[in-house]
Amino acid sequence: MGIEILEDKCSGCSLCVKSCPFGLIKIVSREEVGKPHPKYKKIAVIGQGCNLCGACLEPCSFQAILIEREEAKPRPDVSQYKGVWVFAEQKKGEIQGVVYELLGEGRKLADKLGVKLSCVLLGKGMDEGAKELIAYGADRVYQIEGAILRNFQDDPYTDVLTDLVEKEKPEIVLMGATAIGRSFASRVAARLGTGLTADCTELAIDLKTRQLLQTRPAFGGNIMATITTPHNRPQMATVRHKVFKKAVRQGNRNGEVIKENVEGKSLSLRTKLLNMIEDITQTVKLADADIIVSGGRGLGGPENFPIIEELARTLGGAVGASRAAVDAGWIPYSHQVGQTGRTVCPKIYIACGISGAIQHLVGMQSSEIIVAINKDPNAPIFKVATYGIEGDLFQVVPALTKKLKEVLE
Amino acid sequence: MNFIICIKQVPGTTEVKIDPRTNTLIREGVESIVNPFDTYAIEEGLRLKERMGGKVTVISMGPPQAESALREALSMGCDEAVLLTDPAFAGSDTLATSYTLACGIRKIGEFSLIICGKQAIDGDTAQVGPGIAEKLGIPAVTYVKKIEDISEAHIRVERMMEEGYEVVEMGLPALITVVKEINEPRLPSLKGMMRAKKAKIDIWNASDIACEKERIGQLGSPTIVNKIFTPPPRKGGEIILGDPEEQARKLVEKLRQAKVI
Repeated sequence: MGIEILEDKCSGCSLCVKSCPFGLIKIVSREEVGKPHPKYKKIAVIGQGCNLCGACLEPCSFQAILIEREEAKPRPDVSQYKGVWVFAEQKKGEIQGVVYELLGEGRKLADKLGVKLSCVLLGKGMDEGAKELIAYGADRVYQIEGAILRNFQDDPYTDVLTDLVEKEKPEIVLMGATAIGRSFASRVAARLGTGLTADCTELAIDLKTRQLLQTRPAFGGNIMATITTPHNRPQMATVRHKVFKKAVRQGNRNGEVIKENVEGKSLSLRTKLLNMIEDITQTVKLADADIIVSGGRGLGGPENFPIIEELARTLGGAVGASRAAVDAGWIPYSHQVGQTGRTVCPKIYIACGISGAIQHLVGMQSSEIIVAINKDPNAPIFKVATYGIEGDLFQVVPALTKKLKEVLE
Repeated sequence: MNFIICIKQVPGTTEVKIDPRTNTLIREGVESIVNPFDTYAIEEGLRLKERMGGKVTVISMGPPQAESALREALSMGCDEAVLLTDPAFAGSDTLATSYTLACGIRKIGEFSLIICGKQAIDGDTAQVGPGIAEKLGIPAVTYVKKIEDISEAHIRVERMMEEGYEVVEMGLPALITVVKEINEPRLPSLKGMMRAKKAKIDIWNASDIACEKERIGQLGSPTIVNKIFTPPPRKGGEIILGDPEEQARKLVEKLRQAKVI
């Protein structure tokens, strides 16, 4: 197991050096390392920390890099696992938006594999919710009822889902990358000893192997990595809200509801949920907004955010912000759009005074229309903008608000 | 009370640039730092120790050079540091990493609370914290923004959610992952830096922590990276010219034509 530079082939050309996402490859003199070659004077060496990602294989024109992946242990039989599952996260009885998006994507995966699409719905009094899931594309809903499942808690939820997975053996389990989904998925995957890929932005099936191809941004979205779980099942993935399009509701769809009650069963519960407090400053509902107006460093200070707010109000939209504006303390974190904030996908995204660092772009570039207002013509935001306005935002934004007020009245 | 902090050494920036000519990453001059979210975990551990007494041990899994991240934690005031390093750990995904860290923590011995940052800025998975808790068989709460109360046997915390927060209580030992709202990490003191420079760091390999060979490194990792590629850039569109009024008028026209307003 491991990575090896083939001494007889490496020319020391350094093509691999730049390809290493971890910067671990160095070119050294062959003499120094005692590996002489009749033709080449230099050789690549790989430092510690290599995770065998394979990014260096393709750039090497000499086939001088070899990665051996060990296949020693007997692999479990993955062929008995069938079906695509979506975890139907609910809060206060309301199924979360990301679930309907996962159903849309899950439907495609299930059809491609020729298997059923099922939902797992944990809660109390969720009959109506189960019907909705079928209308949005589920063939089957496992509706698990119990007072202990009313609100999410790691322990009972993990017990219920892992038991169900072990019994029914789905090949794929998808969850929303929400606060709940991220910690829950991680627990479940760790208990099942299977693979989990966070924040996927693209899911596809390799029909030859029936493997799920899970693509996600790495290194702040500069590169994309496609990840697979070849020998373990289920293949688990989380997806952020608004990454996929919502499934279309069909009221006349038929499906099966398998209802089970856990009252009286012994489920572990080591945490106690004492209170749930809604934070009024977080009512921005950024993730659900159709129109978002965002402000960045170009605003110069918190006192200038009102011009952004006014434009957002005129359009009936929400206020977003870049990381720079949030880190400077101009606006609360709940408004932050980007890799470490929210991923958004509105119909219109208006970026004011935002240069467009890659970590911001990955959080908004799937918006339908992007408008960029910036005084720097070289700002990277213009590269993704549908409409670019080069100018002073303190003039352009008020002019835009005024014009919109005129036409929208 | 014994507190254990898990940290990761990461590249100092996520804003890695792409060389447009070769389509590869430009990594020159990128230094390694302690994952920023982990600094909040360190700070919280130190504050709990100041309040409750006890010891703060910091642990990391990584290549030998991750030692410098541990020294930084020591300079902030952590008492002891452990580095799990072994070529056999290479290629670990989040499951294998969780298992390895859990084995290392078992060897450290008794503890009341494990604190992790909510996620690492290079991987952004947020999976290792809950994974460690599962492997150790202890309860966990993620995204903690405040510790309301702690005693020898219990902890009560506020967990950040999309639309507010929850107040959750659990018995110890347990694990929490913390968000940046929880505190303001201190800077290392001069005395701390002197001490950290000389401090002995325990370096443990796979056999030291008695982990099963099949559950670590690439062999113990269910996921593999199949392919790495640069995303196709979104194409830039039209530049709207004119004075501000004209630009505003033209933009509104275009948005109306697109039937989005």
